[in-house]
Amino acid sequence: MIHAHTDEETAPEPRVLTGAEIVFECLLAEGVTTIFGYPGGANLPLYQHLPRYPGLHHVLVRHEQGGAHAADGYARSRPGAVGVVFATSGPGALNMVTGLATAYADSVPVVAITGQVAITAVGTDAFQESDVIGSTMSVTKHSYLVTRVEDIAPTMREAFHVARSGRPGPVLIDIPKDLQQARTELRLSDEPVRLRSFPAPPMPDDMKLRRIAQLIDEAARPVMLIGRGVIISQAEQAVIDLVERANIPVGWTLLGTGAFPVRHPLALQMVGFMGAGYTNLAVCDADLLIMVGMRCDDRVTTRLDSFAPRVEHIVHIDIDPAEIGKNVVPHVSVVADARKALTALLPLVKPKREHHWLTRIDQWKEEHPVRFVSNNGLLQPQEVLIEMYARCHDEAIVLADVGLNQIWAALWFDYAKPGRFLNSGGTGTMGFAFPASMGAKLSNPGKTVFCVSGEGGFVMNMQEMATMVEENIDVNVLILNNSSLGMVRQFQDDFYGGIRSAVDLTFTPNFVKLGEAFGMKAMTTDRREDVAPMLDEALAHRGPVLMNFDIDRDANVYPIVPLGKGMLDFVEAS
Amino acid sequence: MNQSRLLSVLVENKPGVLNRVASAVRRRGFNIDSLSVGPTDDGSVSRMTIAVHVGHQQAEQATKQLAKLIDVITIDDVTEQRVVAHEILLIRMHAPLSQRRHVLDIVDIYRGRVVDIASESMIIEVTGSTEKIDNFIDLMRPFGIKELGRSGAVALVRGDDARLRLVDFDPPHDEQAVIPPAGDRTGSVDMTGNV
Repeated sequence: MIHAHTDEETAPEPRVLTGAEIVFECLLAEGVTTIFGYPGGANLPLYQHLPRYPGLHHVLVRHEQGGAHAADGYARSRPGAVGVVFATSGPGALNMVTGLATAYADSVPVVAITGQVAITAVGTDAFQESDVIGSTMSVTKHSYLVTRVEDIAPTMREAFHVARSGRPGPVLIDIPKDLQQARTELRLSDEPVRLRSFPAPPMPDDMKLRRIAQLIDEAARPVMLIGRGVIISQAEQAVIDLVERANIPVGWTLLGTGAFPVRHPLALQMVGFMGAGYTNLAVCDADLLIMVGMRCDDRVTTRLDSFAPRVEHIVHIDIDPAEIGKNVVPHVSVVADARKALTALLPLVKPKREHHWLTRIDQWKEEHPVRFVSNNGLLQPQEVLIEMYARCHDEAIVLADVGLNQIWAALWFDYAKPGRFLNSGGTGTMGFAFPASMGAKLSNPGKTVFCVSGEGGFVMNMQEMATMVEENIDVNVLILNNSSLGMVRQFQDDFYGGIRSAVDLTFTPNFVKLGEAFGMKAMTTDRREDVAPMLDEALAHRGPVLMNFDIDRDANVYPIVPLGKGMLDFVEAS
Repeated sequence: MNQSRLLSVLVENKPGVLNRVASAVRRRGFNIDSLSVGPTDDGSVSRMTIAVHVGHQQAEQATKQLAKLIDVITIDDVTEQRVVAHEILLIRMHAPLSQRRHVLDIVDIYRGRVVDIASESMIIEVTGSTEKIDNFIDLMRPFGIKELGRSGAVALVRGDDARLRLVDFDPPHDEQAVIPPAGDRTGSVDMTGNV
């Protein structure tokens, strides 16, 4: 009897817990503090045990799509963070599909945990059963159907590893209800996860970096384009160090907005379809194009054969080998983390001045500024955004929804240092910004959060006002209200024969009454002189604020490359 | 130019893996000519051999997309390697006594064998390359094919040291992939070098 004692003291007996409790223990072990979720029949055991975990702040969203976007915003706004969202089986899980697709396209680490009908009922078309794995397969990085309670802990660990490693992305774990209730010993591993089919990204190849350094040295007209990969790998400073050393002008993709200081002398602007004219001119005249952490999609290239026609060498650095050569075939490619690649490249690059090229770019900046025209006395969206950005102090997190508001917000983003500009660039999911802003604020409680949206997108997930008010999440929402689906309206006007069809949103709600009905502080105006005081009042208010700005209904996005046209065919504001 | 590419894939032996692999190929809009799956000597690993009819760059893209799947352990495009790629054919022939001898002569030449025989028909088994099977079927056609089934190719690389290797997605040498002049870039990409 005596001999047994010492053993037990050194190795305490493993705790026998339910599957639901194991989920929470695993979340805590992964450093999770916040869960966005919605209960239902198949995840009731999770919710039964949730109150016993006060270290986990559960935010009751009002729709599972809002939950998925909130988890996305939570992760997207703070590199390293993973967003967690709960939903029940069937409709609950399926409501998250758009949110998962949004996170997938923009490489955001989210772990979605869905309840499933009991393992014994899987495949029988039971109540609220759907094939969640099948339905989410193409919008997740990976997914797991747990079939044994013992598998919950290792699956959770693997899921977080997969979500945050390499090119991040959403991972879904489908846990049948009976396994949430089944009991087993809790075994948490602290060994690093090793998957034979998911190796760590390679280290940048030294020979290639030397070749790139040589190309930079030989180039007369270099341009760097950066994407969201720079933000994910926190390579902002590495980009600045490199381009300052070799005097390379830098443009960015929509998702790369904020990665480079907009007010830096080497800053170009957004590239492509709705990018600045001078960025497109620089890309089209460049002899060396260095693309870092970006996919080079059709919104960047416009018509593919018009992209960078004078280029002699293209360099592409990305962590995902499948992105290299997908649309534009590079001469030198490096598959690696952007920060590791750029940091290793820096000492190889010779300091260099390129007066002639930079002078030409400065001329283009003067000839083709990003600007708007205001001659009808109506409130212009850019006037609202300029006032908003004046209150950001290079620190605030700005989210934009999808449509005209998104491009305006991106083009007028003006930080003097790298900052956070979050939007659904890949899938272009309307209704993303508002729920995502709630996640962003909870993830960054010390930062001011502005959420820019159109009235169309806002209404798509406006139910989350209830969540915002319940949790008193201090987000400042700016609705740029043009009483229409503005970007579609602009496309119809310019590219579809001027026939306005199904774009009139005159019958949107009175947003002040709507906000107040949910308990939100709400304000509205259509006058320029009200904008600044309204924003100041919103910032002074501790809690969510809804600001409606009735803007010029015919305000458009410029510059824009007409559909089917090339990079240099951009049309400017007139 | 489109051709049939042969991908040899080692995957985790788990439920749903076939679904994931097939979905990844489908999502790129490629048609699978044939696909065979079976266990390997390691019970946790299955081998898939996939024949897809695509161009070189598309095959490269499909290969990279498949490699991204968490359940895919290694993948190799073995089209241009020295491989043994065989499939099995089972074919039920109309073979009354009057023409049975003629059928059997051809079966002999193709080193096939009869695995079932009845008064008016027989089932023949032939293994070999896809081309050989195609030719055999052509020769059988005049006698009257009642039904047939093919397994799709299973492939292994020849030689002592042949091991399925992970496709080198980031090969060391560059510069050969010279971009064609502007205007000539869509759809015609020189893939001789690196991507």
